[in-house]
Amino acid sequence: MNFLQCFRLALKAIWSSKIRSLLTMLGIIIGVSAVITIVGLGNGMELYMTEQFASLGTTTLTVNITGRGSSRSISDDEMYALVEENPAVLDAVTPTVSVMGSAKIGRDTLSSTVTGVGEDYLSIKGYTIAQGRGIQYTDILNRQKVCVIGSYVALEYFGGAAVGETIRISGSPYTVAGVLNEISDSTSESGSDNLILIPYTNAAKMSFMGSISSYTFTAVDEDSVTAAKTVVEDALYDFYEDDNAYSVIAMSEILDIMNDMIDIMVTILAGIAAISLVVGGVGIMNIMLVSVSERTREIGIRKSLGARQRDILFQFVIEAAVTSAIGGILGILFGYLFSSAASAVIVALLDTDMAVTPTAGSILMAFGISVAIGVVFGYLPARKAARLNPIDALHYD
Amino acid sequence: MYETPAVSPAPSLIEFRDVYKLYQMGDETVRAVDGVSFTIRKGEFAAIVGQSGSGKSTCMNIIGCLDIPTSGQYLLGGEDVGQMNDNQLAALRNRTLGFIFQQYNLIPKLNVLENVELPLLYGGVRTSERARRAQAALERAGLSSKLQTYPNQLSGGQQQRVSIARALAGDPSVILADEPTGALDSKTGREVLHFLEELHRQGNTIVLITHDNSIAAHAQRIIRLEDGKVIYDGPSGGKGSVVQADEESEGTA
Ligand SMILES: Nc1ncnc2c1ncn2[C@@H]1O[C@H](COP(=O)(O)OP(=O)(O)OP(=O)(O)O)[C@@H](O)[C@H]1O
Ligand SMILES: [Mg+2]
Repeated sequence: MNFLQCFRLALKAIWSSKIRSLLTMLGIIIGVSAVITIVGLGNGMELYMTEQFASLGTTTLTVNITGRGSSRSISDDEMYALVEENPAVLDAVTPTVSVMGSAKIGRDTLSSTVTGVGEDYLSIKGYTIAQGRGIQYTDILNRQKVCVIGSYVALEYFGGAAVGETIRISGSPYTVAGVLNEISDSTSESGSDNLILIPYTNAAKMSFMGSISSYTFTAVDEDSVTAAKTVVEDALYDFYEDDNAYSVIAMSEILDIMNDMIDIMVTILAGIAAISLVVGGVGIMNIMLVSVSERTREIGIRKSLGARQRDILFQFVIEAAVTSAIGGILGILFGYLFSSAASAVIVALLDTDMAVTPTAGSILMAFGISVAIGVVFGYLPARKAARLNPIDALHYD
Repeated sequence: MYETPAVSPAPSLIEFRDVYKLYQMGDETVRAVDGVSFTIRKGEFAAIVGQSGSGKSTCMNIIGCLDIPTSGQYLLGGEDVGQMNDNQLAALRNRTLGFIFQQYNLIPKLNVLENVELPLLYGGVRTSERARRAQAALERAGLSSKLQTYPNQLSGGQQQRVSIARALAGDPSVILADEPTGALDSKTGREVLHFLEELHRQGNTIVLITHDNSIAAHAQRIIRLEDGKVIYDGPSGGKGSVVQADEESEGTA
């Protein structure tokens, strides 16, 4: 008997008891679909993160200064000078000063985040101007009371045309100088389009410390991120002589760390899901053992007609493998189904466009593993069948 | 007492040389086959008869290469079966033997044609050739119209004819029938026996196993067993071929 005949025989045997076969496959179906969904979830998370970080800039370095134990804080001029002195690795810098005070339009209090920035902020972030202009060097120098607002703010409070309008920030009136193009494609209150940018010099005055505690640098390209980080760290160490006084974080490093964390989490979860594959394998073994004793007589007949041990062994192993493989295929289909359902739920609940994306690798592996489980767990019952004594088998009922 | 069978000297196909089959039951030894020797030549129609427990099925299992003797030699087509491994025995069953069982032993999941193709499948016959030979065998058994039918849709007699077709399909040297009429009514049983007789006329070697003298009478030669020993081996019409007749003659003598 060749492989194809065994395969047809196996399909026939599986088809002839559909319900039982389906129940046999259940463990494999659940295991495979769970693994695929979990790996897909992890993959989707990584894709989403990468995308988000790419929009933040993978060449970006974020510097936070706590200034611990130091009476003097490094000045913005010194930071700008750093970029000018290291044109090979550093491209630009902008202070970023979070403003705690409230922003108001008339009596309405805005939920927008207010940030004090430098003139290069927009180019560093990759934001573009839709109306008016951005924050300029002279605004910063003269502490002009101007602001640039996100598309959400413009649309929500000014019906779109916002240039020339006034927003009160911590009590002072700011004139809207420009409106940004949409940053993210989902416009909502919690989205990144709900922002107000003002000159950092104004923001620093408003802040508690009166100094600038955070900067964003960009390296000239992704390859020089590490070198740029070293340059910035060295300069800060020279100034503070204490590496606890500041922190320099490369976005690409965060992305790597996050991806590593997701990978670890996914591996653990997929491992747990894979346990049900083993349970599924035991289920297959159980049913195959039942099937062997039910078909003892058939085995006897086949042997009397000249079937060798290996013919019988092959028949049952292939039957187990095919059962398990069909379970694997169904599991893959369900995995896709669960993945798209999960994507829909995530989009609906979290308002992000993250999609659960099953990987080709996980699918191939799931299929391979289910076939392997069939072979491994089918082997014992098959060997039992193959070794049956033909006389006893013929008289069995 | 032993008459030479009226058959031209044909090569011996089945040869038992002092065959024993012993079973150990606790500290008691059951002598299922107790020193049996006989030779069945090509083209013979022999019946192995005897009462229940006389060792018929044990003999049949040995002849059918499903079992090997405890001692003694069994030669099938001149080859010593006792020396063979499992694969060789399987190949021998496949090529040399055709089984007909009391319970038909068809595989219920397979249709008539597939059932008959089975021995050819295990013999490695190509697909087209397999279908052709299986159909030819079914035609001989008068079942050409039932190829796609499943065993449970057939009458007992028809099922037995399928199993005969299956036994014929591989063109075996010996057809071994163990109580082939045991599950059939007397009319259908007779039809099956006539079919076996016809196969014999066509030159097939047939070994029939039965406890029923009237069935054994269809055979040309009778080997009678009692307690694992041969007590008569001769033509079916001969003196001592029928136990009851034997006992009566002894009783009245
Ligand atoms: N596997 C076995 N283990 C122990 N004893 C056995 C075994 N097989 C057969 N025997 C014994 O061997 C003897 C012959 O049995 P066998 O089955 O050959 O008889 P039989 O002539 O076929 O009888 P029946 O007409 O009832 O089928 C019996 O006494 C039986 O109990
Ligand atoms: Mg018997």
